Amino acid sequence: MFKELWESFTDALEGLGSVVHFLFRLLVNTPQSLLRFSLISQQIFNSGAFSLVIIMLSGLFVGMVLGLQGFQLLQRFGSEEALGTAATIGLVKELGPVVTALLFAGRAGTALASELGLMRATDQISAMEMMAVDPIQRVVVPRFLGGVISMPLLAAIFSVIGIYGAQLVGVQIMGVDSGSFWSQMRAAVGLSDITEGIVKSIVFGVACSLIAVYQGYYATPTAEGVGRATTRTVVTSAVVILFLDYLITAAFL
Amino acid sequence: MRKSRTLNLGTGSFVLLGFAALFFLTTQTTSRGLSWFGPPHYEITAKFDNIGDLKVGAPVSMSGVEIGRVVKIEFDSNEYKAVVQLRLNERYNKIPTDSDASIYTQGLLGGKFIGLTAGGADTYLKDKDHIDFTQSAFVLENLIGQVLANFTKSKADEQSAAATPADTKSNADTKPKEKTK
Repeated sequence: MFKELWESFTDALEGLGSVVHFLFRLLVNTPQSLLRFSLISQQIFNSGAFSLVIIMLSGLFVGMVLGLQGFQLLQRFGSEEALGTAATIGLVKELGPVVTALLFAGRAGTALASELGLMRATDQISAMEMMAVDPIQRVVVPRFLGGVISMPLLAAIFSVIGIYGAQLVGVQIMGVDSGSFWSQMRAAVGLSDITEGIVKSIVFGVACSLIAVYQGYYATPTAEGVGRATTRTVVTSAVVILFLDYLITAAFL
Repeated sequence: MRKSRTLNLGTGSFVLLGFAALFFLTTQTTSRGLSWFGPPHYEITAKFDNIGDLKVGAPVSMSGVEIGRVVKIEFDSNEYKAVVQLRLNERYNKIPTDSDASIYTQGLLGGKFIGLTAGGADTYLKDKDHIDFTQSAFVLENLIGQVLANFTKSKADEQSAAATPADTKSNADTKPKEKTK
């Protein structure tokens, strides 16, 4: 019983260690990969531009819900004008980075993991190694960097669309004054709030892409293994994102 | 070639959209927008006994119209006063030198802002000028203290019927001043 617990603990530790080792390998290979920027650009397109529709739609609805809920709550205290502040701070600091990262893990992370897993299963990665092409440099790092670059941009787009969603419900439907919606927001939201959101989205981008790429690269080369790698990508990403979210929020307080 | 062109176009427009969103967040939702990309402006200072919870970035208004913002708050240790630096829009450059500045509250429990009331002088405020007539923030606790002091005092007066009304008044006036120091 204790032996099994101990073994699962050491397994988890070993997994963490190999993720960190993998991250170092990626970082060491980053300079050479940057020279072939077209590969990274393609991956930004794959993981960023293709996620745009789901991010924008979700942002709009999250913002609209925030507008509706915030209005109902603030109306009790007769301060509906604070809706802009509440929605913006909520979106920029929390919902923007976190929801974007969760959607990103589901949309782009799974695509990365299954793509790399299938490359492993169909021996494409071994073939590259035999042709003396470093698969890390040629395949893995561009995908990792593409995700890291896309995430903050997606989170910013999510927040902006969300703010307009909240404005749509609050100002256009519920009748909050448009001037005080924006001016109270400008008076209350500081640059540090925006910075916190950007830092969060960058960290989440690194975490999501790293997990996806790692799970795909080390997937068991079978159909089942690829499926499991994809599932694990989403589950691990979600837990890690929420954990990191708490840490960064505490650090910024 | 054709394919890579559309691909780069897509990537480029995605990155542009992302940076546009970041730019929007930093300039349109925060108070920083005004000081970075704001219209031409000039700065004046005013000294207050007590600024309450006035914050940097608070609006400066005249007749209810926003004409500038608070950009810096410092403490003058020689005079024991708060020095507030105001940045006013260059468009509103005809404010008389003897105008007075007061600190008001937005709503019942809202944030503080500075209201300017025009004086009658023929000369106008310029950059680096100083407003001499100021009125401190209305501090709720002091007012409550004043009311309570008046209340207990007047009760005591009724009972003893000895103290003069003038005495009561001066007592009530000095009390808040002691507190602010």
